[in-house]
Amino acid sequence: MNKYTTVGKSEKKVDALSLATGSSMFVDDFALKDGLYCKLVYSPHAYAEILDIDDSKVLAVDGVVDVLHYKNVKQILHTSAGQGFPEPSPYDCLIFDHIMRFVGDRVAMVVAENRKIAHKAAKLLDVKYNILEPLFDPEKAMDLESPKLHDSSHAYPIGAKYVPEKNLAAEVEIGFGDMKKGEKEADFVIDETYNAHYGQHCAIEPHSVKTMYDEMGRLVIISSTQVPFHVRRIVAQACDYPLAKIRVIKPRIGGGFGSKQEVFLEPLAALVTIRHKRPARLVISRAEVFQCSRTRHPIRVRLRTGVKNNGEITFLEMDSLLNSGAYGSHALTVLSNCGSKVLPLFNKIENMHFLGRSVYTNLPVGGAYRGYGATQGYFGLNQHLDILTRKLNLDLPAYIKKYHIQVGETSGVFEALGEGKDGVPQIINSCKLDECIDICIREIDWHSKRDKKITKGDKVRGVGLAVSMQGSAIPLIDMAAAYMKMNEDGSFNLNIGATDIGTGSDTVLSQIAAEALSVPLAKIIPFSSDTDRTPFDVGAYASSTTYLSGRAVKKCALKIKDQILKVAAEMMGSDLEDLYVEASEVFDKKQKKSTSYGDICCYALYTHKQFQIQAEASEIVEQSPPPFMAQAAEVEVDTKTGAVKVLEFISAVDCGQAINPQLAEGQVEGATVNGISYAMTEEYVFSDKGNLLNKGFRSYKISTAADIPKMKTFVVESHESSGPFGAKSVSEIGINGPMPAIANAIYDAIGVRMYEAPFTPEKVYRAMQVQKIE
Amino acid sequence: MEVILNVNGKPIKVEFTPEEHLLYTLRQNGFTEVKSGCKEGECGACLVLLNGKPVNSCLMFTASVTEEDKLLTVKGIGDLHEPHVIQEAFVDSGAVQCGFCTPGIVLASYALLQENSTPTEEEVKKAMDGNLCRCTGYVKIIEAVQLAAKRLQKK
Repeated sequence: MNKYTTVGKSEKKVDALSLATGSSMFVDDFALKDGLYCKLVYSPHAYAEILDIDDSKVLAVDGVVDVLHYKNVKQILHTSAGQGFPEPSPYDCLIFDHIMRFVGDRVAMVVAENRKIAHKAAKLLDVKYNILEPLFDPEKAMDLESPKLHDSSHAYPIGAKYVPEKNLAAEVEIGFGDMKKGEKEADFVIDETYNAHYGQHCAIEPHSVKTMYDEMGRLVIISSTQVPFHVRRIVAQACDYPLAKIRVIKPRIGGGFGSKQEVFLEPLAALVTIRHKRPARLVISRAEVFQCSRTRHPIRVRLRTGVKNNGEITFLEMDSLLNSGAYGSHALTVLSNCGSKVLPLFNKIENMHFLGRSVYTNLPVGGAYRGYGATQGYFGLNQHLDILTRKLNLDLPAYIKKYHIQVGETSGVFEALGEGKDGVPQIINSCKLDECIDICIREIDWHSKRDKKITKGDKVRGVGLAVSMQGSAIPLIDMAAAYMKMNEDGSFNLNIGATDIGTGSDTVLSQIAAEALSVPLAKIIPFSSDTDRTPFDVGAYASSTTYLSGRAVKKCALKIKDQILKVAAEMMGSDLEDLYVEASEVFDKKQKKSTSYGDICCYALYTHKQFQIQAEASEIVEQSPPPFMAQAAEVEVDTKTGAVKVLEFISAVDCGQAINPQLAEGQVEGATVNGISYAMTEEYVFSDKGNLLNKGFRSYKISTAADIPKMKTFVVESHESSGPFGAKSVSEIGINGPMPAIANAIYDAIGVRMYEAPFTPEKVYRAMQVQKIE
Repeated sequence: MEVILNVNGKPIKVEFTPEEHLLYTLRQNGFTEVKSGCKEGECGACLVLLNGKPVNSCLMFTASVTEEDKLLTVKGIGDLHEPHVIQEAFVDSGAVQCGFCTPGIVLASYALLQENSTPTEEEVKKAMDGNLCRCTGYVKIIEAVQLAAKRLQKK
């Protein structure tokens, strides 16, 4: 039974009606008076040096105000990764560079009175290139004869390993145990390589920013960002402009999924306003989002495991090669997470080695994307376990249950592998993965379908399973703060730096405040993500908001509660220890009387020893408790054409106490369909010159309502003692399972192993031909 | 060029250029509830109803709309203070996450329910096929349309 009043209830999302009626404001809905239109000009070459830019013809066009490029914009090395400071990403980019490192790298920006003029004038820019031999194959990036994309003037502010002579944007190596001993003890070795491919976030709102000076001459940036405080800091850095003069506002955001952590447009628009003292608008097109924003890093994951005939793994070696594209945004941390969010799940393995390398290529740039390396790692690991258990005739679900991490246990990986530095040791407080697996097995009817190859004509069915974990915030790095004050009617303003990008965090954090104060949700007035008006928060990434910001909110609300009790004690002449709160009132259990929150606030504001009941709280976390998940797929493969249809998909998640079960389900459903879509149809197709050929929804196919399989989602509640009211994270994890679960199901149906997605008819058919011949 | 557009039951005089799309004209004239997601007729964020039929306003030339045509945006079926049953059903079902696709999807649902008051799940999915949503996985959107259908039946 739910012991809480608001937590655990599917309260209506606080901004939902405003959004459903079209009242909400997104970045491009703010009207700009006398605003300037910005249009970026991009490199048509994958690798080239700009010898000269002649902007005279552009500037001669009536209505063109400015052309920004490397010759007239200050060259300040920074990273656009949008992380905390100092960033675990290399400082390897400039606002405008004279070296073009991928098709879509920015050459210049035309600033004009309107759209039409800007687009027309942009075509007149005269750029002289020295075209260089590009590097596309990540496997060749470290070769001595390969072109070098960056030089030693680029480096990490945190001093992490960076070897531009080998195009190494990052390298991480950890290990424990004795690999040689593991090799010796093994009865056999499984050595397989899995390729996770490029993917686009496809937030329906494209990246958007508007900038203006306010009436006091301060620079206001309205941005579709996941990280308003990092935007402020990075704009100050990259534009060499005083941080105190910048205010960043995050309005409603049309989805992010990691893409809007990247701070790559804000400095540009800011520069226009700074240079011309006029508002500026920079909203990129869908094609620009595909080619020039950020992507999921492709990772080639090689797994080598030594196995005993009883199934025990004697050693595990993971070798991950991440294609970072032209810049090193998140190159180190996504790489690390490919190990750190994946390997601890099977913590009984005593001998382990992880080698991760991120390399530059002249291809689109990777960045943060829901799942953040774990998605790529689990594609390999879950298939690897399927291969292992099939070899030994073991039941996969039973095998996973026997070997996965349990409550009270730890993994050496937690301590060894962090985000650009050592990790943080942690012991698992909550894990209901067994229950999640059981639900998946029951719902997909595993035992009557597995290995049965149920066949109808040319079509064969199969089932597959995948498990995963994620984290909840980055321990000892991420910080969140909250501020609250009380009003005369017993309502509370809740000001939070936390960034709701559509996830529902304004609602979830309000529920946490309401629960701590014993008031209905309607009594909490959330206001988030304005660098002038809310306290700091790292922002919406690393599955951190519910857990980390939620803890800050709870701490803050409890401080408010203390003040309420003290005022009530004075008002009622009570002893503090006799008082308790319930339903917006303070009760004295001895005197059997009570006083309302409204009266308490009025007393504090107007009557005696007046003061504002208010509090702030900051939190960092010492652990990153993982949510756990099992996902199962049933597919039907047409053996004539290779066409795969996902018939049913089951997800069961342990996210601790779901603060709002409906929103938690929504996160899982959204992540799952995103994962299915990535597995089935999404793919970057390049020309031999490195030009992305399918930069639009017509040719880069994402799931529509008509494409989704029968879906069932289960929230298995556990209690994470370190989380606010027992909560862990839920937003990312659901994207990890679909690709391996479907791959395993395809194997179950037709005995063909899919080492690479998307599972299009062509790919599956080709794999059928190749693997049947062998 | 100039035309009187009939938007949400009110006539409004707008200026536009010959090659201008309806999406741009509407947004320039304050109808920012009509969203721009792809400008290639694929995402449905800009969907409006033209004489009751869903159209992607990013593909339609303003010049092709006449004074007699009736345009409906999501604000035309209900607002914050008097929401439409469909808008409430979206809220109650948890079908709104980031909400950027929501105005288009609500209108697609409205058009569907005008034609078919008791759509099956498959019919809902088919009617939504022109609207992309990356947040919800569509599950709760489909539930919302069916909840709205049920509530409208009772009315």
